Amino acid sequence: MDDIRFSKPGEQGKINSLAADILKNVRINTGFLLWMGFLGALLAVCLYAYTIQLREGLGVTGLRDVTSWGMYIANFVFFVATSLCGMLISSVLGLIGYKWVKPISRIAEIIAIAFAAVAGLVIISDMGRPDRLPYVFLFGRVQSPILWDVTVVTTYFVLSLLLWFFPMIPDLAIAKDKLEGRPKFLVKAYEILSFRWMHHEMQYRIMGQAVRILLILIIPTAFAIHTVTSWLFAVTPRVGWDSTIFGPYFISGAFVSGAAAVIIAMYFFRVNYRLEKYLNGEVFERMGRVMVLVAIVYFYFNLNEFLVPAYKLKAGDAIHLRELFTGHHAMLFWGIQLFGLVIPTVLLLFRQIRKPLPMMVISLFVLCASWLKRYIIVVPPQAHPNLPVQNVPIEWVVYKPTLIEVAVTGASIVLVLIIITVLSKLFPVIPIWEMAEEHEGEEKIIQ
Amino acid sequence: MSREKKEEGNRSKDLDKALESSRRDFIRKVTLAGAVTVTGGAAIYSGHRFEKEKHREGYVKVLTEDNRLVEIPVEQMRDFKPDLKMLQTRGREGIPGRRWVMVLDLSRCRNARKCVEACQGAHHLRPYEYHINTLVMQESANTPAYFMPKPCQHCDNPPCVSVCPVDATFKRQDGIVLIDNERCIGCRFCIAACPYSARIFHWQEPSHNEADKDKEYDVELNVPQKKGTVTKCLFSADRLREGLLPYCVSACPNGVFYFGDENEDAVTNGTTKETVRLSELLEKNAGYRLMPELGTKPRVYYLPPKNRIFEFEEGEKREYKEEKA
Repeated sequence: MDDIRFSKPGEQGKINSLAADILKNVRINTGFLLWMGFLGALLAVCLYAYTIQLREGLGVTGLRDVTSWGMYIANFVFFVATSLCGMLISSVLGLIGYKWVKPISRIAEIIAIAFAAVAGLVIISDMGRPDRLPYVFLFGRVQSPILWDVTVVTTYFVLSLLLWFFPMIPDLAIAKDKLEGRPKFLVKAYEILSFRWMHHEMQYRIMGQAVRILLILIIPTAFAIHTVTSWLFAVTPRVGWDSTIFGPYFISGAFVSGAAAVIIAMYFFRVNYRLEKYLNGEVFERMGRVMVLVAIVYFYFNLNEFLVPAYKLKAGDAIHLRELFTGHHAMLFWGIQLFGLVIPTVLLLFRQIRKPLPMMVISLFVLCASWLKRYIIVVPPQAHPNLPVQNVPIEWVVYKPTLIEVAVTGASIVLVLIIITVLSKLFPVIPIWEMAEEHEGEEKIIQ
Repeated sequence: MSREKKEEGNRSKDLDKALESSRRDFIRKVTLAGAVTVTGGAAIYSGHRFEKEKHREGYVKVLTEDNRLVEIPVEQMRDFKPDLKMLQTRGREGIPGRRWVMVLDLSRCRNARKCVEACQGAHHLRPYEYHINTLVMQESANTPAYFMPKPCQHCDNPPCVSVCPVDATFKRQDGIVLIDNERCIGCRFCIAACPYSARIFHWQEPSHNEADKDKEYDVELNVPQKKGTVTKCLFSADRLREGLLPYCVSACPNGVFYFGDENEDAVTNGTTKETVRLSELLEKNAGYRLMPELGTKPRVYYLPPKNRIFEFEEGEKREYKEEKA
């Protein structure tokens, strides 16, 4: 990224053909409007459910004093986890020097931005007094992991946004003259956001340095957001949460759900945006291998998290693990471990499976299982507190999410889709100049 | 003979002496009475003048907070009601010099649940919302069951206070852990962190809020209760400020509760009003605390349920139904 030569003659043709491919999707067509209309309507319905919760209180959820953190918190953990894909693809793989991540780095950043931004809102939906949100900043106590979480999630969101935007500035400059027939506001926005980029060598060098700093900064930040999120549980003395490996356990799991989200998005853009040339078989093949690696690491942490306490069976652990292995949550637990982790990993070991469509299907399983895994981590440990649950209404004993909870959770997922749609439809989803540089550097036509 | 004369002479001398002495006495008494009359009159007069001045028309003397005696017009006098800010300030400070401590004698608990009712009445809670709850406990299959009232343990190393993001729950100098419901954001991290399940959340509008809506919120009573915030046992901080025993302690008919000050090494039984040495009570009865392995250092001690003079009877199962909005 340091040696950018971009003003050479003869390169213009390459850029033009790239821009034509990539920018053809940057337009506001009926499909986009219909899709946004659909999402908007869905969001309105889900937000109506939230207004009921605001008016009546959290009693409209299935949460009670025994299980006081439920679907919202599980969803929050899932969102933070999935947003880690930005760091995994751009930073970890990018800094190692893998060139194949270039076409998917922006997709990963878009997913990271969407999930990190909405994670903050998800946590607000779980608050009993959302009107007192400013108190977190006015009266914040640094001892509380919630303060750490607020700080690092915000930082991660800002870094991801910059990491998405900085490398896009040259693309906007390239694209602003090639947007015939697009709405005026879009052309204007491109003009403003490209900051009169001149494709000067010096500009590229400075941007390269800035991006490099961001790529390095985002690694500890990403580790921090998910480690701190895991500490929301691990700092309490509750059986099932009281674990020393929760930080790495959560992070390894985040890589799995992040990779799955990226693969699903890759497949979607490949098919719908007709970008087979860039999101080609090789990129999928490589992502498949990444998935296998992170899934095996996650499996290893699962083994530690469940097998070690299961061997000792201390009184509290015994109750908790029995619920997971053979009790109330057994179907869910084994389903997640088998269909969301073990079988996908084994399947992806085969080259024949590491093709776009099968990978997308497998990733759907993995992503859904990732969400449910967060539910399994958050909910069951609360069901059996140290002291018996007595003299309370029957509905307080077992947590069952209500329709309103599902709808409010749905709102957050719809919001993520809206952000991803807007960012990927109004801006080039594949980096134009980086791909041009790629062509030049390796003198090899992709595909 | 000479002896008789001598006696007679002596007698007349004595008489003289007596007369002389009674005259002197009389003069002294008259003078004294005069002096008393004068001084008394003067005192009454000056008192009268002082009183006259004191009752200056329309004025009243008042001792200020910094110990100054001042005079203010009667029409400017107003009934004093502590405002929210003052209640919050003194509620956070606590009572200097005290280290409140509770001891529960489990051998006496018969599950009367009077403690629960008194507490719920004072703190305006529903029948299934507990600051204190009596639990049926059994350590293992072959050890006997017993009743255990469970208030907040008011830990000296409270996990709930550590995790609170906004300083809504706090530890006071007198050992009490309180919640400021005007500060709480309802994140329920404290509920997740409490190993004793001592905290409850207002999932819906609190039951008495219609009647309580004009009341100033008292952080030492958690009344009016606030929807969307956390509440829990307060060791009746409002009663302690008035020098009274907590609601649950006074309400117990069976002498389960002892309450007092660790600094004085004395606790008082709420039923018998008998005051005993804390250290002696714990030592003689093998007092213990709940889950000491967690390092939370509770301020609530339990005496084991030994030598019970009654049978363990669970009684009829009560049904609790959630009120729907």
